[in-house]
Amino acid sequence: MLRIPVSLRARPVILAFLALSFLLDLLSATPSRADDFETSVAKLNDQSFTVKEEAVLELVQSGDDRALAILSALQDGELFSHKKQNNVIVFSQEIDGAPHAIDVLTAADLGEHGKRDLKKITINNKLRGALKAALGALRLYSKDPDTRIAAAKAVLANPSPEALPLVVEAIEKEQDDAVREALDMAQAALLLTNGDAEERLAAVGMLSGSMDPDVWQVLGRAAGQEADADLAAAAQAALASIENQKSVYNLLETLFFGVSLGAVLLLAAVGLAITFGVMGVINMAHGEMLMLGAYTTFVVQQLMPNAIEYSLFVAVPAAFIVTGLVGIAIERSIIRLLYGRPLETLLATFGISLFLQQAVRSIFSPLNQPVTTPDWMSGFYAVNGALSLTYNRLYIIVFCILVFLALLAVLKRTPLGLQMRAVTQNRAMASSMGIRTGRVDALTFGLGSGIAGIGGVALSQLTNVGPNLGQAYIVDSFMVVVFGGVGNLWGTLVGALTLGVANKFMEPWTGAVVAKILVLVFIILFIQRRPRGLFALKGRAVES
Amino acid sequence: MKNMMNRVMKGAAATALAMGVSVGAAQAQDDTIKIGVLHSLSGTMAISETTLKDTVLMLVDEQNKKGGLLGKKLEAVVVDPASDWPLFAEKARELLEVNKVAAVFGCWTSVSRKSVLPVFEELNGMLFYPVQYEGEESSKNVFYTGAAPNQQAIPAVDYLMSEEGGSVKRFVLAGTDYVYPRTTNKILEQYLLDKGIPAEDIMINYTPFGHSDWQTIVSDIKAFGSAGKKTAVVSTINGDANVPFYKELGNQGIASSDIPVVAFSVGEEELSGIDTGPLVGHLAAWNYFMSAESPVNDEFIEKWQAFIGSEDRVTNDPMEATYIGFNMWVKAVEAAGTTDVDMVRDEMNGITYPNLTGGIAVMNTNHHLTKPVLIGEIQDDGQFQIVWSTPKGVIGDAWTDFLPESKNLVADWTAPISCGNFNITTGKCSGQNY
Repeated sequence: MLRIPVSLRARPVILAFLALSFLLDLLSATPSRADDFETSVAKLNDQSFTVKEEAVLELVQSGDDRALAILSALQDGELFSHKKQNNVIVFSQEIDGAPHAIDVLTAADLGEHGKRDLKKITINNKLRGALKAALGALRLYSKDPDTRIAAAKAVLANPSPEALPLVVEAIEKEQDDAVREALDMAQAALLLTNGDAEERLAAVGMLSGSMDPDVWQVLGRAAGQEADADLAAAAQAALASIENQKSVYNLLETLFFGVSLGAVLLLAAVGLAITFGVMGVINMAHGEMLMLGAYTTFVVQQLMPNAIEYSLFVAVPAAFIVTGLVGIAIERSIIRLLYGRPLETLLATFGISLFLQQAVRSIFSPLNQPVTTPDWMSGFYAVNGALSLTYNRLYIIVFCILVFLALLAVLKRTPLGLQMRAVTQNRAMASSMGIRTGRVDALTFGLGSGIAGIGGVALSQLTNVGPNLGQAYIVDSFMVVVFGGVGNLWGTLVGALTLGVANKFMEPWTGAVVAKILVLVFIILFIQRRPRGLFALKGRAVES
Repeated sequence: MKNMMNRVMKGAAATALAMGVSVGAAQAQDDTIKIGVLHSLSGTMAISETTLKDTVLMLVDEQNKKGGLLGKKLEAVVVDPASDWPLFAEKARELLEVNKVAAVFGCWTSVSRKSVLPVFEELNGMLFYPVQYEGEESSKNVFYTGAAPNQQAIPAVDYLMSEEGGSVKRFVLAGTDYVYPRTTNKILEQYLLDKGIPAEDIMINYTPFGHSDWQTIVSDIKAFGSAGKKTAVVSTINGDANVPFYKELGNQGIASSDIPVVAFSVGEEELSGIDTGPLVGHLAAWNYFMSAESPVNDEFIEKWQAFIGSEDRVTNDPMEATYIGFNMWVKAVEAAGTTDVDMVRDEMNGITYPNLTGGIAVMNTNHHLTKPVLIGEIQDDGQFQIVWSTPKGVIGDAWTDFLPESKNLVADWTAPISCGNFNITTGKCSGQNY
């Protein structure tokens, strides 16, 4: 699904490059070199990955300007052999709305091609690594400083002796300080693997203290070397000092993981904090409200396939409305009749949850549905090599805070919120003051369900959207609400964050399974001591 | 009163219908052969098992178009064990005792198979089990058409350690916490130690079913992989926990050229739920990929998509295993001239059928198949590109040679051994069939 836009974007650049390099080649290339180049290119279509890798190295060393475009197309899976035209190696380019095959050697248009005429030139992981380094070496002279830094890093990650002269030359010409620094590191890595004893030791000095995981790899390899004891010792010392620095960042990372897990728990539980916490309905169908929210996201994305980037902004209000209405319908048709009978409510809502699950299975199939993550939510923000924060988690933390604040505002600042609190605290009094308690009950349950739907939109970005989504979160949600204190939103917030952070700090020691069990045991013990949770409500409402 | 009686009768008839015992069945029994389909259509496993139910229905449909079997029509009796393990045993009993089916195609998880085993042995039924599993079992009444560990896990690790696979020196064995990953990882750990990989270069990690918060584990894998030795992850993570796992890998920027992940439970079906752009190059080991180039495969895919009515539906390895199992059974029934379980079982030994990847599958006397092992790399269209395959078929080994407790055991259901766990050093059959 991503392929089309990317190739459209990449295409003119590659083609312009190709045309330019072809012109340059006409002016400068000698025939014999060009022949070698052609053989190397033809070798790319060999069955064996070893032969392909040889061809890649030959292309880098050829010094031919066409190599860059060919290799980058190979890396992106956009290099083909033409089955109908003697298996010449071609790019595919859209010309006047029809796909045309373009010869990579001559840039000649070989005419329109059908869907099955081209065979993709395949690569495997080993070749992918070699390509990354080869392209790095070729891009050291790119115009864009960021590309040059990325190129230097690619060389560093996969130091092969062929790159050394290129890097040395690049350092001499480099004007930009940041790029030069990256190049120096790359040179050190190359020397550490290929230089003489003295150069190697100097390289360790240069690399120590770096927070780049690729540097750790290089140092780790040096530390494992048995031939040169001095070098191994120096590398081990460098790694040990890096390890010290890393531990601080690791702590921060764990904290971030904990907060983000807490945010997810809060999003899952905050709707329940209304329906169970404020209204006292033991709502076993809460998980299914999350599920409906996630399915709403899926449907919204199906309806606007060309605007996935914005789909979440539509999905949030849509999910609120859909699940809110479903919630109101459930309240009016079933729960209304069961107030004050907790056991029957529990059974009835459990039945509703099974009903909703099977309904979704029948409508959408039992298979999980693909919900696309927008590009702006993918990837990570790297503070340094040891600490990187993934964007999806960052956005979910922010989103969670917004939802929480909005909910607080509704409860504390609006007439509806006032009525809700009045009804839950003293139904008879509220009723005699002229509040239509039935209507308020329905709206409150609708609000809780709607908020759960919004939580479902967030969950759709993290986990599978399938009929069982809700079941995975229902226990966690109850845990958070009960732990935090029934009827108290702040309690839910603190409860979710505490559980999230505690879970993540325990996980490295105990493993994910045991960490979860320990949290559960802790909550059981805690509820024994404080049956009303962290923040217990006080007053007459509780006694009644 | 008469009205009342009518209603009761109607109700009883409806109940009987619902249970699969239609009133006409008694008369119809002579011109139909019934087979049972025991796959979950609801609950957590519905996601994987529904497809296999449809596959069996398609195969039955096709067989009937060809004129049925032994001159009779095939009839599939579909029951729903609802991902509930004890219910599997009850439904199996219902299929064998009430519906008198000639063979059953079913089960996915090992625990469901273990639950129905005593029923099949007691009532002498015949089960075709189509999913890769941990081995250490061979029952007289079960044919295992999925991969044993030596047909999936061991070749995959061999590939990773080879030059072509990246000469991996450090392994993370990550799995879901239940019997299949635990046994597979036990076998793999022993195998790696035997191959000279030091214990500190093997990291083992288990997560609960449906685990969705992978931040810590992926970050640990990243750290484990930055110690200077080429690292790979061998994943026995099951079912839909894979989606958030791969998403997290993509988000934390772990590319397949840095730390490749080879999975044993991720196929085309699992990938159809995610954007595979960030996953390109991660691996899976199976006996079949939808992308395998062979005329029978093209034909199978075409029939499947026509049957299910969607061009988007994919095919996968357990479907191929179902296909092979079903066709072998048909062939064996034709050879035996009857659906009698004992006679069909004798015919099954050594029976062959073309698999979908262009070779020939053989049913061995240990009730496991000989199949090729393929390694595929995930592509950005959700398909796999086959990058490596064994030169010929690998014989499924019921009892692994890499664990001390099972290396002396063999399974052979032909005379004179006729035993599922024959100890070659003591020359004794333990007498227990599973």
